[in-house]
Amino acid sequence: MEEKKRNEAYNNYVKAKIPKTRPWPSLFNSFLVGGIICTIGQGINDLIMLWFPNLAEQTAWGYTLVILVFIASFLTGIGVYDKIGKFAGGGSIVPITGFSNSITSPAIEFKHEGIIYGICVKMFTIAGPVIVAGIVSSIIVGLVYLFI
Amino acid sequence: MSYNQTIVFKNKPVIIGSYSIVGPKEGKGNFGPYFNYVMKDDSFGEDSYEKAEKKMLESAIVGAIEDAKIKPKDIQIILAGDLLNQIISSSYAARNFDVAFLGLFGACSTMAESLAIGATFIDSSHFDKLVCATGSHFSSAERQFRFPLELGNQRPPASQWTVTGSGATVLSKTGKGPKITMATFGKVIDFGINDVNDMGAAMAPAAMNTMLAHFKDTGRTPDDYDLIVTGDLGKLGSEILVDLMEYNGIKLGLNYNDCGQMYFTRNQNTLSGGSGCGCSATVFNSFIISKLRKGELKRVLFMPTGALMSTTASQQGETIPGVCHAIVIESDVEENKKIDRNKKRRVTTTRKVSYGTKKEV
Amino acid sequence: MYYLWVFLIGGLVCMLGQVLIIYTNITSARILVTFVLIGVLLEAFGIFDPISEFAKAGINVPIIGFGASLAKGAIGAVRARGIVGAFTGGLEATAGGIAAAVLFAFIFALIFKSKTKS
Repeated sequence: MEEKKRNEAYNNYVKAKIPKTRPWPSLFNSFLVGGIICTIGQGINDLIMLWFPNLAEQTAWGYTLVILVFIASFLTGIGVYDKIGKFAGGGSIVPITGFSNSITSPAIEFKHEGIIYGICVKMFTIAGPVIVAGIVSSIIVGLVYLFI
Repeated sequence: MSYNQTIVFKNKPVIIGSYSIVGPKEGKGNFGPYFNYVMKDDSFGEDSYEKAEKKMLESAIVGAIEDAKIKPKDIQIILAGDLLNQIISSSYAARNFDVAFLGLFGACSTMAESLAIGATFIDSSHFDKLVCATGSHFSSAERQFRFPLELGNQRPPASQWTVTGSGATVLSKTGKGPKITMATFGKVIDFGINDVNDMGAAMAPAAMNTMLAHFKDTGRTPDDYDLIVTGDLGKLGSEILVDLMEYNGIKLGLNYNDCGQMYFTRNQNTLSGGSGCGCSATVFNSFIISKLRKGELKRVLFMPTGALMSTTASQQGETIPGVCHAIVIESDVEENKKIDRNKKRRVTTTRKVSYGTKKEV
Repeated sequence: MYYLWVFLIGGLVCMLGQVLIIYTNITSARILVTFVLIGVLLEAFGIFDPISEFAKAGINVPIIGFGASLAKGAIGAVRARGIVGAFTGGLEATAGGIAAAVLFAFIFALIFKSKTKS
């Protein structure tokens, strides 16, 4: 009991002691980078629509996302994306490019363990939960819509 | 003579050789000029960071043996440990030496753990000459404990930077050099911190516990030491330790500092400072030993701390236990002629430096 | 002119992620999961399309868009094919993105080596 009290007091003390950072600079950075990535996405989409006017809107978005995923994956490979991430924080995690980064980075990192046990197994260490959560929740939504 | 946790050595083991090897970033840090070897590239010519860590440890052991001016066959046992699972760096490095090997795990406190056990072996006359070594690598630790290197994320302000580096010390029964006079073995202490980005706060209570035990066992005070140095509490952790000690009625003055906090310069973006086995090991085997050899430091209390956590345990909601072992090293230089006050000041006052600028966050 | 909306909304959504990072200390896997679930919910309640109408890439490029297309696919397929649609629709709609991410990750993992930070 006494130990619990001590730990609680210590945790509170540490919480007060941890260096506080002003949130505004990092919020601004994430806003800026996130906005830029989305604008680039819009630009790519508009170019596709311009060049292939007959494309359905949904398909054009598909191409746009694939191109963004490609760019992010490449930037991860040449070691640029982690530097963007250090600056932008949430700004480069939340866009689809962050999803691509979270798949490519462990794949590159665990290359030394071989193609099967390294690249293929570790590829989804970070992005796996995203796909699982997405699939499960979309199935639930689909089933709900079946009955309403 | 021995107390509860402290051993006072009769046949004081002599440090006859030491060697430190670090990565390029560490070489640009505050201790840069003191290291024996700074790698140009932290992969060290190997194809993986784990292999690089092993090779670093190996060359630190070879370097320390050369520094002691003895032959590898004079060494009777190697005491080593590291941070990787199953301490592979140490045991794989030891496989290239035709010497008995004892693998140790004390997380980042391994340097003191190996020196304390080694000193006990020599004091009891079972061994004549032995090597104590440890090391860590930023990239191998990152991928084992945190995230892939290429993942674009930010480091929280209390987080620390694992030092890429390895240090080795040769202990001998006879010879010239600084002597290990005491060792205090620490208890495992857990004050319920579960934030893996805040190792300093998790380990500070262990440092406090060992320090209190040491002062109680020996009847000494902080003023009996020229330098009291913890391993890798970082800026935050060492401030916490100062507060904790003050709470217990012991005031730590300017002669206290922390290797992790001193390690990097302010614009190297390491937030709370350095960490890892290599942090205390490389500072000990470069800066501290060279100062002891010159007599610029007379008596040092070296107490690296270790966070005994694993990713599995913390994912299961466990808090982070810490441990801290302390050893006392005394210089064999009798006349303390000129102390380079300026140098000492420069390093010991970095504690007063405030947390990083906006940019570091 | 709608580029301004794209920039503002995209920036705000990403800033929301940064708010989560600062105040709850969550890791990137949790952020991504949270935003995918937000997307699924937005689509399920029919709020996503009105936003997407004027925010365009501002809401489609963030991983929210990924969640929304999962839900949209599942809902559409359920209406067209019944119960089996709930299982096939979501992945069908997002297969392109996932497949691209996997393929590029695989190729670049073969080409590039991880670089240390400094």
